[in-house]
Amino acid sequence: MEKGKGLARRWAVEFAENSSYSSSTSDVPDPIGFNRSASDPDDANASRQKKDAESAWKSQKAWEVAQAPFKNLLMMGFMMWMAGSTVHLFSIGITFSALWQPISALQGVGKVFEPYKDSKVDILAPKLLFIALNLAALALGVWKLNTLGLLPSHASDWVSSLPPAPEVEYSGGGLPIH
Amino acid sequence: MGSSHLRPRTAMAIRARLGFVILLSLFFSATLSTALYEDQVGLADWHHKYIGKVKHAVFHTQKTGRKRVVVSTEENVVASLDLRTGFIFWRNVLGKNDHIDQVDIALGKYVVTLSSGGSILRAWNLPDGQMIWESTLPVSTLSKSSLYVLANMNVGKDNLILVFGGSSIHALSSMDGQIVWRKELSIDSLEIQQIFQPHDSDIINAVGFVGSSEFVVYQISYRTGEVMQQSKASFESGFCGEASLVFDNLVVALDASKSSLVSISFKNEVINFHQINLSDLVPDFSGKVTLLPLKFNGMLAIEIASSILLLRVKGANELEFVEKISHPFAFSDALPLSKEQQAFAILQHDESKIHFKVKSDNDLRNEILKETIQMDSQRGNIEKVFINNYIRTDRTHGFRFLVVMEDHSLLLIQQGEIVWSREDGLASIVDSTTSELPVEKEGVSVAEVEHNLFEWLKGHLLKLKGTLMLASPDEVAAIQAIRLKSSEKNKMTRDHNGFRKLIIVLTRAGKVLALHTGDGRVVWSVLLPALRRSETCGNPFALRVYQWQVPHHHAMHENPSVLVVGRCGHGFDAPGIFSIVDSYTGKVQNSLILEHSVSHIMPLPLTDSTEQRLHLIIDAKLQAHLYPKNSDSLKHFFNEMPNIYWYSVEVEKNKIKGYSLESKAELDTAEEYVFQAKELWSIIFPSESEKIAVTATRKMNEIVHTQAKVVADQDVMYKYVSKNILFVATVAPKAAGEIGSATPEEALLYAYLIDTVSGRILHRVCHQGAQGPVHAVVSENWVVYHYFNLRAHRYEMSVIEIYDQSRADNKDVWKLVLGKHNLTAPVSLYSRPDVMVKSQSYFFTHSVKSMAVTATAKGITSKQLLIGTIGDQVLALDKRFLDPRRSVNPTQSEKEEGIIPLTDSLPIVPQSYITHSLQVEGLRSMVTIPAKLESTTLVFSYGVDLFFTRIAPSRTYDSLTEDFSYALLLITIVVLVAAIFVTWALSEKKELKEKWR
Repeated sequence: MEKGKGLARRWAVEFAENSSYSSSTSDVPDPIGFNRSASDPDDANASRQKKDAESAWKSQKAWEVAQAPFKNLLMMGFMMWMAGSTVHLFSIGITFSALWQPISALQGVGKVFEPYKDSKVDILAPKLLFIALNLAALALGVWKLNTLGLLPSHASDWVSSLPPAPEVEYSGGGLPIH
Repeated sequence: MGSSHLRPRTAMAIRARLGFVILLSLFFSATLSTALYEDQVGLADWHHKYIGKVKHAVFHTQKTGRKRVVVSTEENVVASLDLRTGFIFWRNVLGKNDHIDQVDIALGKYVVTLSSGGSILRAWNLPDGQMIWESTLPVSTLSKSSLYVLANMNVGKDNLILVFGGSSIHALSSMDGQIVWRKELSIDSLEIQQIFQPHDSDIINAVGFVGSSEFVVYQISYRTGEVMQQSKASFESGFCGEASLVFDNLVVALDASKSSLVSISFKNEVINFHQINLSDLVPDFSGKVTLLPLKFNGMLAIEIASSILLLRVKGANELEFVEKISHPFAFSDALPLSKEQQAFAILQHDESKIHFKVKSDNDLRNEILKETIQMDSQRGNIEKVFINNYIRTDRTHGFRFLVVMEDHSLLLIQQGEIVWSREDGLASIVDSTTSELPVEKEGVSVAEVEHNLFEWLKGHLLKLKGTLMLASPDEVAAIQAIRLKSSEKNKMTRDHNGFRKLIIVLTRAGKVLALHTGDGRVVWSVLLPALRRSETCGNPFALRVYQWQVPHHHAMHENPSVLVVGRCGHGFDAPGIFSIVDSYTGKVQNSLILEHSVSHIMPLPLTDSTEQRLHLIIDAKLQAHLYPKNSDSLKHFFNEMPNIYWYSVEVEKNKIKGYSLESKAELDTAEEYVFQAKELWSIIFPSESEKIAVTATRKMNEIVHTQAKVVADQDVMYKYVSKNILFVATVAPKAAGEIGSATPEEALLYAYLIDTVSGRILHRVCHQGAQGPVHAVVSENWVVYHYFNLRAHRYEMSVIEIYDQSRADNKDVWKLVLGKHNLTAPVSLYSRPDVMVKSQSYFFTHSVKSMAVTATAKGITSKQLLIGTIGDQVLALDKRFLDPRRSVNPTQSEKEEGIIPLTDSLPIVPQSYITHSLQVEGLRSMVTIPAKLESTTLVFSYGVDLFFTRIAPSRTYDSLTEDFSYALLLITIVVLVAAIFVTWALSEKKELKEKWR
């Protein structure tokens, strides 16, 4: 589908004159005497206010986004508890999703906070919270992996394939052959 | 019995429909069943029936219908064979010590066998081999007993069977085996030689010797056993005990010096002796005479100075020379052709030819039949011959010869042709080993084994139909036929899975045979010349067979070979025999009679540069001889000599002694390969309380995958894995006999684990009230042994597992991760590691004939014990049942580990008999051979019968089953690919439509 669209839009000829504006707004020409570039001080004030509100909203949203993994964490914990500690299809699936989700979230940490990026908004703190929570989720996943016994954290995991030590001496014999 | 071991095919179809969950739960379930489905019988296993070397044969050809011959053999088998094909109609295997003395047919419908030194008489139904009756006779076992079935003498409707031996005669009814009368001829040291019945009389005559010089004749009424007449006479120069009945009133015997013949004629209480002068017949006669058993009226066969003379007895003192026969030869017994005519056969070897002559008493000078046949030289000489006649269409007599050869094979010869042959030497296998098959080479055509593509597809489509349950009964039969004759398994080349191998067996006759594991056919056979009777070696017998050369890296152009070891004569100091045989062709490469005796053979873990395995032969004088004798092997040996030890278990002296080796002080070049034993240690068991019952060691070629055992909660225990561990079981001398011969208080069984390098006793345990027979098997770090518990009146099996306590501290993960441990460093047994032992005992229902353990290529697969039961079947028992860590209530983590809750007895699951419904008659031993496929073990069990199969103790987790439908997989893939293309095309189309909208 994506590919098809790309093909369809390979080239386009815009026959309208004012091609710099999107077709929906450029249908009607600007009234005479209207200067698009001129700024109204009142308007500027209003827009500043609007901008403040927006940045407040953005920062609030960013915190919300940053806290989202917490809910996830709780749900994961519940799921893990449900899955039990024996290795089977369900528990393995849950554990791996518990590991995968934080990792993918951490990989896309920049993208998640992209919409809230603003010069005035401090998104570092939410970002850190987000990372911390995801790390916590990851730790939970690893802990689960360990409880399933899938981590080589015991001596047994390192010696179970050690071949027997070779013996120096060799002895044979037995009952006389008759 | 059969059907209970096999599950019907439908069960699998049902199982196949069940989901993944069920499969998973099956996989993890506690009792993994390894049973076969009914249609899988014969796919991977084969079973061959044999009877052993024939001792007696009785033909039954009078009636129309199935012609048969009833035989008894040295393996204590009584069998009825089809005279046309040699197939077994029926067969009964008597006990190990129940040797058959004689066999005959009574009443025309019962086969009568006399066994156990003349003390047991049994009658078997001739058509089907069912036992009709059995009776036990109170005879002294010191004397030789014989059987005599009276013909044409009816007591009512019954015939009598006479059993005589020593001084007693028993007459039994052939209908029910009741003793009709019993006569104890009250003379001490009477040895009855013959019983016979003069023509048409009510009297039977018994002749015998009393002491060494007296001859006795009894006339006994056959109805009552009453002695009618008794006459006695003594001969001053004495008898040696050998005698031959020539006529109804004439016996020819050998005198005490064995140098002259005495004819004894008896008539109406008058006994006359007559010394026969042999020098009239043989001009330059000297030395000893042997009387050969030739049961032919009026004829005598004597052996003088290794030539055989046939003599005709004309009267009490008149002998006539008939023919001179030279070795090797065989006589048959007399065969009555008509009322007054008898015939017998003489067979003579002439290199690879055998001449058959049949003579009748009408004309002894000429033969009534003379034939010559060509004989395979690998069968050796003729040992025995039995003849039977039939009437040809032109009313003349034709003859059949049943011939027993030196290699114990049995042949039927008729009209100068071999009608059938049986390789019955395989019933007495002494030892076996295996060899790989040659690698398939480019350009070597393996004749007619590859299917063409069309046939391959057709076969798989049929299989697919079978899986989808669409096949008609005919097609099902066709599928089964395809599977059974799958030529893949019978190829003469190595396969990827290592299922195809050669089993090289050594038989008691001194014949080496190579059997193909695919179907058990004989690939090659060779009667070893070194193990045949010769002037240098009068009484050779086969001992063992070892792998001599297995080319892996070097000497690749050479074929692998095996070493056959034998001995000249029965004493321990008799010289040994070596023979090296090519494993691919059966050609004898080298053969020699050793200058020393053979009492121990040690294959060393060393090979020389041509990959010949080094062997140490210890002789009776405790000298070690190194083979192969070349400087290269000596060089390899000297490097390792300080580390080579040996030990000897002396059962009679109740001792185990350990030795090391040292070079002889004076270094002659001839004695370069001879080493002296130096005694290091000895363990002496107190003879008043202990007697060595059994010893067991690990198999030298066993491979152990790991030294650690992971127990519950990820804890780790280190196994004490040593090749030099010896298990010894001793029993109280009072309880060394049969079960029941001792009270529980008297019976004691000690189990020892001994390190054979240092002589250290690692562990000792006492079982109160236990006695033998003990069977044991050692593998990895454990021993399982089987004995009888007198207190519980049941058999018991115990397991001892031994762990290395000195390694137990290696539990630091970081050290292990970084490899800072010495767990894989070579260990010396002089370091005396601390050991920890766990053991447990369980009841076991069966008595056991032999025990073995499965072996796999890398030792990863879990083990199964193979138990040869008293019913001659092989039972596979998971080692998990013999785990000393079993407890009544295992914890959750122990359950996860797979520990089975403790029960007092070991379960016997009918599906786990690997012999399924078959019996390996006279089972003696089971050999396990690892296949290349890790999950699979090949099992070869032998006794009178041979049985081969392959088993997977943890299922075949590393390969698809034979049932796997490749066609289904292929079709699925094709359908999926097609679906991908179709959907892609459809989506393209839709896309285009969208764009044009």
